[in-house]
Amino acid sequence: MTHRFVLGTFRSEDDVLGVVKAVRARKLSLHDVYTPYAVHGLDEAMGLRPSRLTWVCFLAGAVGFGLTMLFQYYTSAFDWPLNVGGKPYNSLPAFIPIAFEATVLFAGMAVVIALFIRCGLYPGKKAKIPGPRVTNDRFVVVVRLDSADASAEDVQMLMEGFGVEAVDERVGGVA
Amino acid sequence: MTDLVSPMPPSGVSIGSEAGSGTAHGHHGHYATLREPLIKGNKSLAQVTDDICRPLEGKPTRLWYVGIATSVTMLLVGFAAIGYQMYMGIGTWGLNPTVGWAFDITNFVFWIGIGHAGTLISAVLFLFRQRWRTSVNRAAEAMTLIAVMCAGIFPLIHMGRPWLAHWVFPLPNVRGSLWVNWRSPLLWDVFAISTYFLISATFWYVGLIPDFATLRDRAKTKIRRATSAVLSLGWTGSARHWMRYELVYLLLAGLATPLVFSVHTIVSFDFATSVIPGWHTTIFPPYFVAGAIFSGLAMVLTLMLVARKVMRLEDYITESHVGSMCKLIIAMGGIVGLAYITEFFIAMYSGNRYEEFVFLNRALGPFAWAYWIMVVCNIVTPQLLWFKKVRTSMLTVFILSLFINLGMWFERFTIIVTSLHRDYLTSSWSDYSPTSIELLTLMGSFGLFFTLFLVFCRFLPAIAMGEVKGILPYGRKEKEPVQ
Repeated sequence: MTHRFVLGTFRSEDDVLGVVKAVRARKLSLHDVYTPYAVHGLDEAMGLRPSRLTWVCFLAGAVGFGLTMLFQYYTSAFDWPLNVGGKPYNSLPAFIPIAFEATVLFAGMAVVIALFIRCGLYPGKKAKIPGPRVTNDRFVVVVRLDSADASAEDVQMLMEGFGVEAVDERVGGVA
Repeated sequence: MTDLVSPMPPSGVSIGSEAGSGTAHGHHGHYATLREPLIKGNKSLAQVTDDICRPLEGKPTRLWYVGIATSVTMLLVGFAAIGYQMYMGIGTWGLNPTVGWAFDITNFVFWIGIGHAGTLISAVLFLFRQRWRTSVNRAAEAMTLIAVMCAGIFPLIHMGRPWLAHWVFPLPNVRGSLWVNWRSPLLWDVFAISTYFLISATFWYVGLIPDFATLRDRAKTKIRRATSAVLSLGWTGSARHWMRYELVYLLLAGLATPLVFSVHTIVSFDFATSVIPGWHTTIFPPYFVAGAIFSGLAMVLTLMLVARKVMRLEDYITESHVGSMCKLIIAMGGIVGLAYITEFFIAMYSGNRYEEFVFLNRALGPFAWAYWIMVVCNIVTPQLLWFKKVRTSMLTVFILSLFINLGMWFERFTIIVTSLHRDYLTSSWSDYSPTSIELLTLMGSFGLFFTLFLVFCRFLPAIAMGEVKGILPYGRKEKEPVQ
């Protein structure tokens, strides 16, 4: 079935936090919330699971460190050992600074690429926003009506308790 | 008041309709003011967008044209000088067998140091939850990127044959492969600075994505809409995206913080791992890092004090922002001053006659003028910033910041040239003075710096809108304004 959505437009983050908690307390399906800036505490209020991107960062960093150490060892102790000032071919401590830089580079690049993939962001993607002001000064809370007999009026009543500015019903998609 | 009951506007109408006191909004003015708010003027969210986008959407001011014309001219003269020295060879510089590093390496360290304050503000202060950084971090990060580009010119031309610059990377080649020497701090520097540039650029771009989306959704011209749409990557402001975004931002800040310390540590290794008296000291890494941040903060102030006036951003970059940066300068300047004294004391105390000689020669020898410019500009004049009267006078702060810029350039000149020019053997003693080509190259790097910064101010939001909105007291009933 095509989903029906109720979109409530709000003017302040306090109202959004309040309505999100109320929506979840009523066991309604909270589809998404669109905000012009990162509202602190909203992820908890929505009950979102913590992201696993931290692991991408850590693992990529570890891979970067390992590969760079191996490469430095391979080139200076194995592929073409050169005597530089009588230092050992495998000058392990001297390999640390570059391995450190590579750790940071791999971890940073990988986590940003992972963010883009996870959020489906890419150049040329058409932004599906519920209204032109969500990137400026309005907050939109989207509730999904799961069953055919769920009523948009109930949701509207609930939102009105939190000073909703406008309530909209859309079928098929948010944008 | 009609705005309260009207449905979501279908197109961009009524954007900024609540300009003014914002009294239409019921929640306004109910918070307790314990400290002065970070952003002046009791701004609403739409006002922030309007204020920051205004310089981008209008015509540039006459002052901007004067600035860009001057800096592009400087840049072109610098290019001509670089072209000439490429053609003739670096014999056009004032170097000699004794003073083998001088002007170019001074400029390199100077520019890299400038960049470090940008990362301090964007990453380190983020980890310390210093919310005032939101007004300056975007511009400071832009300054970092531009300064690293300026820095990059110098090792490149120092190679003498920059067309072989790719030899610094461990690329497979037909000579073996003959690999690079991983034990050399100069090679560490290649990796440190390329990583620093890439991570800073990524951090900066990630910070810009939500603002590109704001620009996209308010764009009035086709070309502006198209470019900001591509650059915003289809950002919607969904709470799920914001959550991941905030996490990645935190991770990048956590990565950039040790990175910035490593970069200038490695720059200092270029000197410290040699056996030149005056360079071969263990104090170099912290000394260089503190000096880098010190000089960078001065450059941030120089740029910000001009930008806030020219772009009318006084409500965002307030006297209290400037005051906070002044306090950081006092702290960093204190570390730098302590390092100067420690370095000198240890040289005298070491019993090493070469070490002793280098330091006495710095303070009393033929380059004493450079040494004392450094001391006065970096340790003496910044002490004025202890006084609140000085910190709140924007003109005085601006002049003092210029002094630090000058002093920190001379610090690098002193460290490099005075350690070299009187070699172990008196027969190899020599003098150094820059040629016109070297001076014009330095001027060209300033031209590049100001050109790119002016282009940045013209085409990109100089203040992170998405971050500033998050620290406004707007729309928070119970909580006191976030500081």
